[in-house]
Amino acid sequence: MTKRLELRNITKRYPSVVANSGINLAVAPGEIHAVLGENGAGKSTLMKIIYGAVQADEGEILWNGKSIEIANPAQARALGIGMVFQHFSLFESLTVVENISLAMDEPFELGKLAVRVKEVSERYGLPLDPSRLVHNLSVGERQRVEIVRCLLQTPKLLILDEPTSVLTPQAVRRLFETLRQLASEGCSLLYISHKLHEIQELCDNATVLRGGKVTGEAKPKQESPASLARMMIGRELPVCEAPPYHGERKPLLEVRNLTLASDDAVGTRLADVSLTVESGEILAIAGISGNGQAELLAALSGEKTVANDAIVLMGKPIGALDAGRRRDLGLTFVPEERLGRGAVPLMSLADNALLTAHRLGFIKTGLIALAKVKEFAERCIERFDVRCGGSSAPAKSLSGGNLQKFIVGREIMLGPKVIVVSQPTWGVDVGASAFIRQNLLDLSRAGVAVLVVSEELEELFEISDRIAVVAQGRLSPGQPKQDTNEEQIGLLMAGMSSAAPKEVAHATA
Amino acid sequence: MQLLEARPTPSNLMRYGAPLMATVLMFITGTILFLALGKNPIVAFEAFFVQPLLSVQGISELLLKASPLILIGLGLSLCYRANVWNIGAEGQLVVGAICGGALAVVLEGSTSPLVLPAMVLVGALGGMAWAAICAFLKTRFGTDETLTSLMLVYVANLLLLFVVNGVLKDPQGMNFPQTIMFGDAALFTPLAEGLRLNTSVFITVVAVFAMWLFSTRSFVGYQMQVSGLAPHAALYAGFSQNRAVWLGMLISGAAAGIAGVAEVAGPIGQLNPSISPGYGFAAIIVAWVGRLNAVGVVLAGSLMALLYIGGESAQVTLQISNSITRLFQGMLLFYLLGADVFVNYRLHRHYRHHRLLGWFGKRSGATT
Repeated sequence: MTKRLELRNITKRYPSVVANSGINLAVAPGEIHAVLGENGAGKSTLMKIIYGAVQADEGEILWNGKSIEIANPAQARALGIGMVFQHFSLFESLTVVENISLAMDEPFELGKLAVRVKEVSERYGLPLDPSRLVHNLSVGERQRVEIVRCLLQTPKLLILDEPTSVLTPQAVRRLFETLRQLASEGCSLLYISHKLHEIQELCDNATVLRGGKVTGEAKPKQESPASLARMMIGRELPVCEAPPYHGERKPLLEVRNLTLASDDAVGTRLADVSLTVESGEILAIAGISGNGQAELLAALSGEKTVANDAIVLMGKPIGALDAGRRRDLGLTFVPEERLGRGAVPLMSLADNALLTAHRLGFIKTGLIALAKVKEFAERCIERFDVRCGGSSAPAKSLSGGNLQKFIVGREIMLGPKVIVVSQPTWGVDVGASAFIRQNLLDLSRAGVAVLVVSEELEELFEISDRIAVVAQGRLSPGQPKQDTNEEQIGLLMAGMSSAAPKEVAHATA
Repeated sequence: MQLLEARPTPSNLMRYGAPLMATVLMFITGTILFLALGKNPIVAFEAFFVQPLLSVQGISELLLKASPLILIGLGLSLCYRANVWNIGAEGQLVVGAICGGALAVVLEGSTSPLVLPAMVLVGALGGMAWAAICAFLKTRFGTDETLTSLMLVYVANLLLLFVVNGVLKDPQGMNFPQTIMFGDAALFTPLAEGLRLNTSVFITVVAVFAMWLFSTRSFVGYQMQVSGLAPHAALYAGFSQNRAVWLGMLISGAAAGIAGVAEVAGPIGQLNPSISPGYGFAAIIVAWVGRLNAVGVVLAGSLMALLYIGGESAQVTLQISNSITRLFQGMLLFYLLGADVFVNYRLHRHYRHHRLLGWFGKRSGATT
């Protein structure tokens, strides 16, 4: 049978890196084909080449057996290639159908288009109201808009880039049903992910990339997660160890009935949030992004000040203190955005160490003790295995994972009593992720209270002691990990709770 | 939107090479300009850039002009590093000069050695007060300091006209809008007989060192730079954004105010409606061409001073308009900003290949 798409020997070089080197890949009609690899393995570049957003330097693309050149995305769409991006490109202030109309290559009539949107969305089990404004949609619904936008063009090949990273487990299952239906109708699917169990559940074949090269081809259903991981990262999947904690337990960080309007017009209002983190434990906050995490974290870190007694650190109200004063009292924070918030992109690692570590006696009569700062930065680099060009390398020259190790390391070396970490391993490769998680576990077992906010349920179940869920600005009570499961947490994430909302809001996490 | 794409790593060599490139481009354009005017470019450039440097008198004039440019440029560099856009140094200079000059008029006849230091102090406070208006509006109401500082320049100039036509007018001045000539105690001493260069140049020398220390070694300077480079990181670290605005505005205002006093208590010797030939604006170019760095500002300030003096010299030697100075200053800044764009960006690959992108490609390019 003729392959729907065949790549032969695709190579793409960038000034500093070879993103793809001699890649071969073939997808048959109706096949769900996984492209598996870590961050930076070259998956995204390869997909952009297929979608015409980037041109390969070498190699050949065959479409239904014929050699072609894909000069731009419009041409790719004309061939029948659709792509659903990881980060959505929707205009918040427009309706669903208006957003879809913007991507149409042919002339259309808005009313008829709305009818078609409704038809297609219902046929594939992706219910959508074409007249709703995008900013009122949940993340899962926004993804539906992106998928329906592709489906309207009756694609022969659909590319999905990490489509489940923002979905609840229930929404993932619904998406998989749609994808299987599409495949059964003859559409080929390229499914990009680093989540092994999803690929095993959904995909017929997998191509594994590492460092821009194909390191293996496999039938996922016949492989084990360990064997897939070996192909993906070149060694065994590292496991974190969580020993029991025997030290004293006392509440170190408390949030009491925090209600906070968002500064952002499309932000989330926090409603009566309460939580407690004790020494020696990791409290995880799960939830789909945009449900109040950003607002809660800003209030916790001190970037946004709130009512003084709404936040209590070791018995002392700190709600009205700024981030610097809170750090003086022993609260440190690792933000989600590393460049531009956790670190100044253009400054050296030494200067970035100074950002929060200046309070360790590095300032003498207003002047910076440069040698001490350098020494601190170098210790951090060594202890946390930061791969970089030394303490004078600018922060933006580091990979995401290495910069994250540096920032986590810096905040740990401040000797905190409480540490708040947002998305600790977002965009970080598997090896560095395990290292960061282990460090957070070790820190908590040394008696520090750790609060982790993440969208990755697997990660939260791996490291946390208790899990709470934030949905629409409300926080569910923290439940011991062994008393709950991904299913239950998923329901809470979607805002569907068996407990009455009033009760949830008032219970202390 | 996609005409330019960011370079993955802007070359550091080119970052510092850009001012040099801009200077070369300025010379090339200047050559074309002189040719078009029917002047021999070699003769013209000699008159412009060489002749002023051939005598002690010329060097003295050069330093006399460079000194205020460098002083103001240092203050502005500090301000701009913190992402605070004070473009009203000209107004702060004028208000500083008014305050210092008023004191000289009030203390007429005094021979105390404290008159001049007091004038410098009052001038600095005047410049700071004028800049403080912008800082207050910015931190209290979020008003754009670019606009307020610029608009206050015009207010300051009207204030100057008001005082020299009114309260401070010389009673024996035949009704000219000017003050009395200041007494010796209210003037900076010339460095040598017959030269206009005076002791105010030492203020600038000290300021260069202070600025270097402040920006490279002090923690406050570091905090201000973090505020400028990454405002969210400053918030994250708990550095006050408002303090950066206040400090940047006050320091640059004080520098401009002192420069104003140095002018009226130096070569001019009185207050009159034309005390500044636009030093406050030219210093913006100095700060920028000097890469907001103390040593760079010294070099750039000297170059700008040479453009002023060269312009005057060319006017005499070549009988061309003095506007040539502004033209060269403008070209220098224009080429520098242009070069900066290409240090950080390059033409987008698709345009280099003369291909047009599909609409969706443009959008996906922006989001992925």
